[in-house]
Amino acid sequence: MLDLIAPFFERLYETTGLNFSPFYDQYDWNRFVEGMWISLKLIACIIAVSLVIGVLGAAAQSSKNRPLRWLVAIYIESFRNTPPIVQLLFFYFALGAITPQVDMGGWYEPVIGSFGWSVIALGIFGGSYNVEIFRSGIEAVPETTVEAAESLGFSGLKTFIYVTLPLAFRICLPALTNNIISLAKTSSLAYVIAVPEITYTLNGIWSDNVNVPEMMILLFLYYIVLVAIIARAMAMLERRLALPGYGQ
Amino acid sequence: MTSLKTLAGSIALALIGSGTAMAQDAVQNDSFEAVLDRGVLRVGVQGAFRPWAFRAPDGSLQGIEVDLAQSVADRMGVELEPVVITSSNRMEFLRQGRIDLLIGGMSDRPDRREVVGIIEPAYWTSGPTLMAREGVISSWEDIEGKPVCGKQGVFYNRIAEEEFGANVVAFGGNTEGKEALRAGRCVAWVYDDTSIAADIASGDWEGFEMPVDTVFSNPWGVAVPLEEVDGIWGAFMTGMAYKWHADGTLIELEEKWGVKASPWIAEMHESLEYDDSYLSN
Repeated sequence: MLDLIAPFFERLYETTGLNFSPFYDQYDWNRFVEGMWISLKLIACIIAVSLVIGVLGAAAQSSKNRPLRWLVAIYIESFRNTPPIVQLLFFYFALGAITPQVDMGGWYEPVIGSFGWSVIALGIFGGSYNVEIFRSGIEAVPETTVEAAESLGFSGLKTFIYVTLPLAFRICLPALTNNIISLAKTSSLAYVIAVPEITYTLNGIWSDNVNVPEMMILLFLYYIVLVAIIARAMAMLERRLALPGYGQ
Repeated sequence: MTSLKTLAGSIALALIGSGTAMAQDAVQNDSFEAVLDRGVLRVGVQGAFRPWAFRAPDGSLQGIEVDLAQSVADRMGVELEPVVITSSNRMEFLRQGRIDLLIGGMSDRPDRREVVGIIEPAYWTSGPTLMAREGVISSWEDIEGKPVCGKQGVFYNRIAEEEFGANVVAFGGNTEGKEALRAGRCVAWVYDDTSIAADIASGDWEGFEMPVDTVFSNPWGVAVPLEEVDGIWGAFMTGMAYKWHADGTLIELEEKWGVKASPWIAEMHESLEYDDSYLSN
């Protein structure tokens, strides 16, 4: 790959001074590819965690158990009301210091590394929004539909899993898309705890080569393309799940 | 239509071409006048690097870099406005004209000379070394394949990775990077020997040591915008840099801020010290 494009970008640098070093320097190329790969993994994990939390939280919120509902409310208040960067630093430096570690002789291999902490922190952060998004969907499911399910002999849990949740999911999909896109972008904050994702690696590259504007352009394009793909995929999902005459 | 596009394209290319050519060739002399007109000299300094530039308890910036910046401002008869920069944005700040001058612990490297106007002589030197828990590291080879904490934007992170095979985990600031070392998240902290020596001397790092030699020593240069390095501003700052060595300013600053005396600074002082005995005759 690099052999093909390297001559062009080397010439571009010589003639115009535009230094896209990842496209001709093997070391920077490896960093760039690795950064993109870790960024994609990070985004996928964060979104997955946030969705699971969103579903569980929304289910707990509509439960009859009052302390459980309170717990969810406290969770939402504390994680929706604090900036994600603060949460990352808190989890990594404060909680990370008291979690189990394996002594490697001079340093400790933490059971949860910086990648793990960012998935936890940002997953919980995104999840706090998802709880509210799913709740809005659940509340929009007509009472009569739930009653109809109950009349067929569905238990409360079964009604939630087979009737309420699928319908709620369709209703809240546009809001969910917004939050997922926002989470994909927020993943770049993980660079503050040194997760070698794309922002971190490009920051390393521009610090070494002093090609700040070029790498900023690359970073900008990366997120534009990535978010466009996510948005397109979510729009497709919306179309696939559309129910004629329902919420249209 | 095609020809119109080609025409537009070649005009654009010509404009870009002439722009870069101008930037590289023509010496500009804006900064010096601009500073005098404004009455304020904006100097980029590091904000959290004791004793070079750091926030004092009263919120003001202090340190060696600030003192050097003040001497420039005094000489020009203007006010000093220190601007806090980071390793990864400082050259961009200077390029964009957000600061007039950069005194920010910046190593003089060939690739940097293509971006900013680095002034000779340098005012300090330092090189990369490691800080680690006592007894853990005995040579540079010991960091191979292990996590080493670093700071984002420091050029020898790449050296630690490429030459010594370390896995550098770089943080945004010194404090976070060193905190990660303290928490045992990495086997060592790779940074300037001057800074590490100051940390260990501060007494806050009981049980830590500087176990390996500095790989090489790099001069730290003051920088002006690239197109002004051969102009008035560059010449003036070159004069200031010689003066700092010649009149012993740098040695005084070492004493004032409790930095271990550098043999290089002493040598520079000796070779540049001017003889003013003829004035008394």
